[in-house]
Order: sequence, then C-alpha cells, then structure tokens
Amino acid sequence: MDQPIQTDYLRWIVLLPLLGAATNGLLGAQLQKRFGKGLISTIAIAPVLGSFLLSVRALFDLVALQPEQRFLIDRLYTWITTGSLNVDVAFWIDPLSAVMILVVTGIGGLIHIYSIGYMHDDNSYWRFFTFLNLFTFAMLLLVTGDNLLLVFVGWEGVGLCSYALIGFWYQDHVNTTAGNKAFIVNRVGDFGFILGIFLIFWTLDHQGHGTVSFREIQKFASLLKNQEIWGGGVATLATLFLFVGATGKSAQIPLYVWLPDAMQGPTPVSALIHAATMVTAGVYMIARLHFLYSMAPLTLEVVAVIGVATALFAATIALTQNDIKRVLAYSTISQLGYMFLGAGVAAYGAAIFHLMTHAFFKACLFLGSGSVIHAMGGEQDMGKMGGLRSAMPYTFWTFAISVLAIAGTPLTGGFFSKDEILWQAFSSAHGSPLLWSLGVVGAGLTAFYMFRQLFLVFFGNSRADHHTQEHLHESPKVMTVPLVILAIGSIAAGWIGLPEVFGGSQFAEWLEPVFGKPHEMAASEGPELLLMICSVAVAAVGFFIAYLMYYRGALAPERFSSLAGGALYRLFYNKYYVDEIYQAIFVRGTLLLARTGAWIDQHIIDFIVDGSAKTTAYISWFNGLFDNYVIDGIVNALANITFWAGGKFRKVQTGNINSYLYVILGAVVLAIIVRLRYSS
Amino acid sequence: METNLTPLLPAAEVTLTALTVLLLDLFLREEEKGFLAWISVTGLALAAGMAFFLWGSQEGAFRNTLLLDDFALFFTEIFLGTALLTILSSIHYLRETNIRSGEYYALILFSTTGMILMAAANDLILFFLGLETMSVGVYILTGMWRERVEASEAAMKYFLIGAFATGFLLYGIALIFGATGSTNLTRISFFLSLSFHQWPLLVIAGVYLVFIGLAFKIGAFPFHFWVPDVYEGAPTPITGFMSVAVKAAAFAGWARIFVHQFSVVEHEWGVPLHALAILTMTVGNLLAIAQSSVKRMLAYSSIAHAGYLLIGVVAGKEPGGSALLFYLLAYAPMTLGAFAVLLALKDGEKDNESYDDFAGVGLKRPFLGMAMSIFMLSLAGFPPLSGFTGKFYLFRSAIVSGYTDLAIIGALNSLLSVIYYLRVIVKMYMEQGGVEAQPFAKAPCLYVAIVIAVLGTVGLGLLPARALSLSGVSYLSLR
Repeated sequence: MDQPIQTDYLRWIVLLPLLGAATNGLLGAQLQKRFGKGLISTIAIAPVLGSFLLSVRALFDLVALQPEQRFLIDRLYTWITTGSLNVDVAFWIDPLSAVMILVVTGIGGLIHIYSIGYMHDDNSYWRFFTFLNLFTFAMLLLVTGDNLLLVFVGWEGVGLCSYALIGFWYQDHVNTTAGNKAFIVNRVGDFGFILGIFLIFWTLDHQGHGTVSFREIQKFASLLKNQEIWGGGVATLATLFLFVGATGKSAQIPLYVWLPDAMQGPTPVSALIHAATMVTAGVYMIARLHFLYSMAPLTLEVVAVIGVATALFAATIALTQNDIKRVLAYSTISQLGYMFLGAGVAAYGAAIFHLMTHAFFKACLFLGSGSVIHAMGGEQDMGKMGGLRSAMPYTFWTFAISVLAIAGTPLTGGFFSKDEILWQAFSSAHGSPLLWSLGVVGAGLTAFYMFRQLFLVFFGNSRADHHTQEHLHESPKVMTVPLVILAIGSIAAGWIGLPEVFGGSQFAEWLEPVFGKPHEMAASEGPELLLMICSVAVAAVGFFIAYLMYYRGALAPERFSSLAGGALYRLFYNKYYVDEIYQAIFVRGTLLLARTGAWIDQHIIDFIVDGSAKTTAYISWFNGLFDNYVIDGIVNALANITFWAGGKFRKVQTGNINSYLYVILGAVVLAIIVRLRYSS
Repeated sequence: METNLTPLLPAAEVTLTALTVLLLDLFLREEEKGFLAWISVTGLALAAGMAFFLWGSQEGAFRNTLLLDDFALFFTEIFLGTALLTILSSIHYLRETNIRSGEYYALILFSTTGMILMAAANDLILFFLGLETMSVGVYILTGMWRERVEASEAAMKYFLIGAFATGFLLYGIALIFGATGSTNLTRISFFLSLSFHQWPLLVIAGVYLVFIGLAFKIGAFPFHFWVPDVYEGAPTPITGFMSVAVKAAAFAGWARIFVHQFSVVEHEWGVPLHALAILTMTVGNLLAIAQSSVKRMLAYSSIAHAGYLLIGVVAGKEPGGSALLFYLLAYAPMTLGAFAVLLALKDGEKDNESYDDFAGVGLKRPFLGMAMSIFMLSLAGFPPLSGFTGKFYLFRSAIVSGYTDLAIIGALNSLLSVIYYLRVIVKMYMEQGGVEAQPFAKAPCLYVAIVIAVLGTVGLGLLPARALSLSGVSYLSLR
C-alpha cells in the first residue's frame, strides 16, 4: 500500500466540536445569563459547520486523488508505546470515513440548528449544546480514528454523551433510569468490543506484528488465518466479540432493549444519536473491519441472521405501539437490522448506503415528530393526535416524504438502498432466498406501521382536547428549514446509488477502494428487476392495509389484534416481555448476589463469634454439669468470665476479630500442611 | 569501612521534616498550627526534588540491605506525592474536627519514611522494619479522631489485624532465614536458583507465610474483612492515604520480593495468587454494589483494585511489573481525588458520606461534580482517562504472559464496577436534596489537591507514554 498523504487539517474536523463543547461547558452558564441563548447556539453550531466545511474539503481532496490512493492521514502524537505496541493519536480519512464524517457533520449540523428552536424554552440550553457538541466530537473520533483503540475511545465517548442526553431532563426519574439502562447495556457490548481488540492484538503480537491500527491489521490480516483459540478460528472469535459490541451500540438482539427507553431524551437527541449517527457505529465498525469479517463466514452468517431477525422482531413490535417516538425507535432498530443483514451478506457498500439514506429520512422523521410534539404541547400518544395536516403543512409534507422513503416507495432514497440490501441478500455468495423473503416481509410490515403513523397523526379528525387544538401551530423556520433539507435529502440521497439495472451505483464505485470490487453477479438483470417488483408489491400491500384501517376506516384494527385470542397482539404490544425477563434475570440476579455477599461479609465475623461464644458456653455448661461437685466454684467463675468477655467484646466489636484471626490462622496452617503433604 | 549514606537521603529528609514538625508543634500557638502543614509540604517537596535528582543512580548502603535504584525512587515519588496530596486535603478536615495537627502531620511523615524504606529494602528485615514504621503511624492516625467511637474501633481492629499479619510475615522471614542462612533478598534468590526444584520445605513454608502477610496488607480476599470497617472508621484523608500509599508500599514488596526475587519459585505462589486475584476483584466489585455509603463503596472499590493490581503480579516479569507500577501511579490521583471530593462535603462535625449526600452536588458545585465524574469514570476504566490506560496495560500484560482468563475476568469486572461508580454521577447530576459542599474560599487547599488529581487523572490518560517508559525503566532497574 502506498504511503498515505499527510495533512494537518483533519484534526480540526474532530477537534472543533470539542472546542465548542469546552467553551460552553466551562463558560456556558455565565454566557447564557449575560448574553442570552443566541451566543450559546452560535458557539455550538459554528464549530460543527466548520467541521462540515473541512469535511467537504477532505472529500474534494480525496476526489482529486487516484481511486486506490484515496486516503489522508493526520498524525498528532504517539499515545501509547510499550514493547511491541505503538498506538498513535491519528485521524485518517478514506472514502468510507468520508461518507461518515459528511453524515455526522452535515445531518448533525442540521439537527444542531433545529435544536435552537426545539430547546428554546429550556433553561439548561447551554448544557444541552455542550453535550451535543461533545457527542459530535466523540462520534467524529469514532469514524476517523486510525486504530481500534482510538475508535474505542470514541465508542465509549458517544455512549457517555448518549447517557447524559437521555437523562437530560433528570427531574423525571424515568429519564435517569433510561439513561442508566442505556449506559450499562452498552457497557456489556463494550466488553465484547475490548475483548475483540485484545484478541486481534494478541494473535498478531504472537506473530511479531502487534498492532491495533486498521491499515496494519489489514496488511497482516492473513496472519490470522488458520490461527485457532478456544476451539475456534481467531478471526471468527474476534469478529464475533466485536459484533457483540455492535449489538450493544447499534441496538440489535439481544442488547436492543435500551434504545426504546432512550426516547426519553429530547427529540433532537433521538434524531442525532439514536437514529442518524451513534447507533450506526456498529455497522461502520463492521464495514471498517470488512476484511476480517470476510475471513469469517460463520460470523457473517450470525450477523445476517441477527440482522434479519432484529429487522422482523422490531417491526412486529412497532405495529402496535401508540407512542409516536417509540414507533420510530422500533423502526430504527428494524432498519439497523437491515444494515446488518447487508453487512452479513458481505455487501458492506449496500449497508453503508442504507446507513446514509436512513440517516436522512429517519432524522427527518424524528425531527418531524419533534415538531408535532412541540405543537401538541408535549403529547406523544398518537391516539390523541390526528388531522394535523392542515395546521402543520411543512411538518406534514416532510414527514410524508420520509415515510414514503422508509416504506421503500420507488425512486426515493429508502427504495434504492433497501433494495440493494435485499438484492444482495438474495444473490450474494452469503445470501439465500430465505434471508431475502424475511427481509421482504419486514419491508411490508415497515410500510404498514409507517403509514399507520402517518394516517393516525396527520389525517382524520383531531382527537386532541380543545385546549391543545387551539394552540396547534407550525414550528418556527429554524425547525422547518432543516426538515425541508432533510426531506429533499431523503429523496435525492438514493440517486447516487442506482441499482445495476438502472445504470449502476456511483456510491458503490466510490467505496470500491475500501471494499474492493463487488463480486460479479452471476444472475442477469432479469431477477433483480423481478425481486424489486416483488418487494414493492409487498410494501404496497402494507400500505394498502394501513390505508384501509386508518384512513378509510373500512377495516377494523380489532380484526387483527384479536387474532389468536389477542395473544399475538399482547405479545407485540408488551414487546415480547423481554424487559421483564432481563429485569428478573440480570438486574435482580446481580443485586441479589451483591446483597447476599455484603450480608455475609458483614455478618460472617459476628456469626463466627456467636458460634464460638455458644460453643464455649456449651462446653462450660457441660463441664459445669460434669464437675459440678468437684470444682464447681472455679468452673462457674470460668464460665462467667467467658460470658462476660464474650458480651463485652461483642459490644466493642473488636472481640470478633479474635475468632476471625483464629479461623484464618487455622486455615493457613491447614493450607500449608496440605501443600507440603502433596509436594512430598 | 566507609558507609555510603546517599541511599538514605530521601527517607532521612522526610524524617527530619517530621522531627521539625514535632518540635515546632510545642512552640506554636493554636492558631498558628496551620504553619505545620506548610513545613510538611515543603519537606515533602524537597524530598521529591531530591529523589528526582537521584534518578538513575544505582547504589547500595549497609551491605546492600538498602538499595537506591529507580524502582525505589519511583515508589518514593508515589509516596511523597500521595502524602503531599493527603496533607493538602487534610487542612480543612483538621480545622473542622479537633485532631491535633502536629502529631497528625508528623505521623503521616513518619509512615511515609517507613514506606520509602519498604520500597528500597533489599533485605527482609529492613523491609519488615519499614513496614512496621509505616503501620504504627497509620494505626495511630486511624484512631486520631478520639471523640468518634468508630475511629477507635477501627484503630483497634486495624492494629490487631496488622499485628497478626506481621506475625505471619515475621515467621515467614524466620523460616526463610533458617533455611537459607540469610535475609538478604539477593542471596535468598541466589540460593533458590542454586537448589532448583530441590527447595527445603522450610523455604516454601516461609514463602507462603510472607505471601499471606503481604496479602493481608493489600486487603486481598479472604484477608479483606478488615478493610471496609477500618477504611470507614478512619478519618477520610487517612482513608485516602491508606488506600493509595499503604497499598502501594505493600505492592512495592510484592514487586520486589515476589515478582523479581522469588520469580524462581513462581509456580509455588503463582497459582494461589492467580485465584486470589480473581476472587479479590470479583468480591470487591460485587460487594461495592450493595453499599449505601460512598466511603464504604470506595473501600470495596480499593479491594477490587488490589485485585486488578494482582494481575500485574501474576503476569510477572517486565510486562507485568511495569504495568503494575504504572497502574499504581495512575491509581493514586483518581483515588485521592475521589476522597478529596468526599472531604469537600464535610460540614462541621458531620461527615457527609452517603450517596444521598451527593445528590445535586454537580449542579450546585459544577467543578466538584466534574472532578468527581472524572474520578469515577477513571476508576471504572473509561477512556481516555488514567484508569483506562492503566487497565489496558495491566490486561495487556496478562495477555502477553498467557493469562488471558485474567484479562477477560478483569474486563468483566470493570464492566460490573460501572454500576456503582455511575450511581455517584447519577446522584450528583440527576437528583436533588443533598448537602452543600464547601466553596473554594473555605477550603482552598482541598481544591488545589482536587485540581492536581484531575490533572493527573486526565494527563496519565492522554499522555501516558512517558510515565509508562519510566515505570518500565524502574522495574528493569531491579537487581
């Protein structure tokens, strides 16, 4: 591989938002008091825009290079040096991370602007923007870090910011609990992630090339072949561990449980962190390490199965939810499932493509729902909405466009990217008709629940109370303009990745230097078109049912919800009771263990002391009985002294030390005797 | 015979300062006692500077019973720094309680002297002397707040357990002496390598007894029962001092005696220590979850950290040894900082040490909240703070030496620890109704100590390269 081109502006893409966060974090409270909220948002938004412009510059710099030489690097300093391991603080940009930084700074920037309006009445305005900036910094670190360890720093950083922002309105206890849940569930995933890093490092180190840098891992990846550990290939195990990390961060089965609760955070946070950027980190990580994943067919299979299972599972839950944001949350989990399905059939480019289009339409949907919630005075129950179309034209149109996109309506962004994944799931060497058909069913469900939401919120008669109806209003420009831009993006973003049938994807071509040439399709264009028509037809059925149920009212929802005695509906509505099961097993389990341990720790000494005091008492009693007539005076005195001492010592609590020490002494002597016996 | 006294310099300097403090204490009026703190700080700083200039020397005194190598100097700097931060954060505490400051500072200095000797001792007897010098000082410090029953109880417990543990140690030393005819570590290790695998039972029994004595001192499972009670009963600055400096001194023993000199008999002590490391961190972390007092939680957390540190001892050799040294260095600022923040909540006679007292601190005192969050996250091993880099090196050393299980269990444990460290942050930022913390104006030195700790925690996380190379050099200076 050629030497990468050294630059010195990449660092600013990452560091500018940190600068904003530091300024607002340290001085925000005073600045807000003295100069008002305008200054706070300027301090926060300017760096993100700066990063965006620099990202565009990086993009142009990349375009100017030969495709196979497209990477820039900016090395700051050496972070860790020890023996065989050298870790730099260095940022690098190749076509893959270029896409990511543009998404993060571009869509992130729009969400920052939207927040000016959404958070306007909040007193902790400065705190909000501090964390938003800090998040942007961590996320940029994650996607530009040139080695696994640096990525891990970003990985943990985004988790921390996500935690702080979910619990942003900490006055409500529900919110802080949701934040904790997100943090701790994520740490479970991070455990897998760090183990994966260790495993890769360790194996390479044994062969004399200990490294965590991506480029070097790629260079030496072949060394991992045929290496075995714990009865499995190292590549398989390491990628599986890393995938555990991905299931945590990207909310896949079994670690998805935190994301729906994360909706407790302010809506811009849901849009930025829990839809457009952070939750896609797992997909990015797999794409980044695609060379390892491609070496581990078993892992790929697991990724694909988990992906499609999550896509279906979350979609079924979304069918029945009534909270406007929860529907979107489950839809996000489901869409992330599609991305993993794409990655799992080794169609990394398709996964990243869906990641990008999804960022547009899901951010737009979330921000639109935020606009609705804003207008409804904080109401999130779709059962109390309806008929908002006329009052909020901008919100309605942008929301509708994004719904069209996510449902896979032809010629929208979601259509192209989802179809690319489905086509790959069918035709790739790792794909199968089964994966494809499950994916198509999920697409049908998606169309149903998204149109259900659209009809419930914007059509029909208003079900809100009189007071709310009077206060209905369109959101200010600062909120609607980002919506419009995102809606345009939801359509336009798809057109850079046209399917083979329609002339081929520029997007895939752009990513080619990273992922290599997409494998030649054996099948001709015929099946691709056929499959496409199939999935569109299924989605249309989903739309049509939603239309009949919630627009025309021709079909009563009860006819479905009462299927199988309503058991199915209850199962979906209660999210398969997974939260309850986790609570019972893991949370209660850990607490029980901890409390029992603490109890033993505190009482063991007392127990031993009581035991020894009682034993002494029994012995003296026995002695007393035996020798009653011989030396009863002395015995009584002895017994009395024992009792007296025992009582005294127990009060001061130093007495129990005695017994503890005796026990330890006995155990030690015993251990040494045993040890010596066995050695000789 | 000409005696080289250079190796004694840092210890002598600290002793001299202690004596000065004791002497001046007689002549100063009550309101002038604050001066003593500054004398102690100056003395410590001088000693630290001395150690800095002696860096790189390789000398011995008293027939090499006392060594002046980079290893000893590295630990000396840790002890001096810890003592310095402890004194800075004690000034406010002493004013609020009526602990007599003269004795208090002098005792801290005396036990620091003991620690320095422990780290420099190349002879089991001298090590024992250092240990006793340190311990006696700390016993008294634990019970110094005489009006508090808990303090006296803790001191009594600590003393009894400590004496007991020393008993093991001393008996072990006696057995080793009986078998090898020497208490000098170099000669013992020479003897051990000569009679390879043919060691007399006496030596092995002696090694085990020394092992147990040192396990007591670091509070490893199952010798940890005293830790929570003693740590909770002691005055809070002393708790910080104990959980950092006393522990580091004991680990200096582990590093020099076991990792280095007894490495020949490693298969004897390696396996039990391996089990002990796993149990210690797991038990410490599990029990910390159930606590309702932050001080007690920190006590269990320090047990857990002893477990992490034992990973370095088990891993052994250069990777394990230098990772151990680096982790001790990284562990010092974050732990001392956490105790310092705890001290900032003290109000008059009342120690506010429960989780509930922390409620809302982050909003009322943003600086304290931020500092405590940094310490908690660092203790939990969050990047890019010192706790992360430290753990990373430790786990890496385990992996490099083939103890993958220790790395995995260690990582799992640090996951578990998040539960209780996070609770402090949640309390500080997301609940209200706790106590008012001291403002800067009332306890400036405490704040200075916290700032230093924050800088250390962040600095060792972001720029660990130099500190790591120093700890590597220090470990390799062992002969």
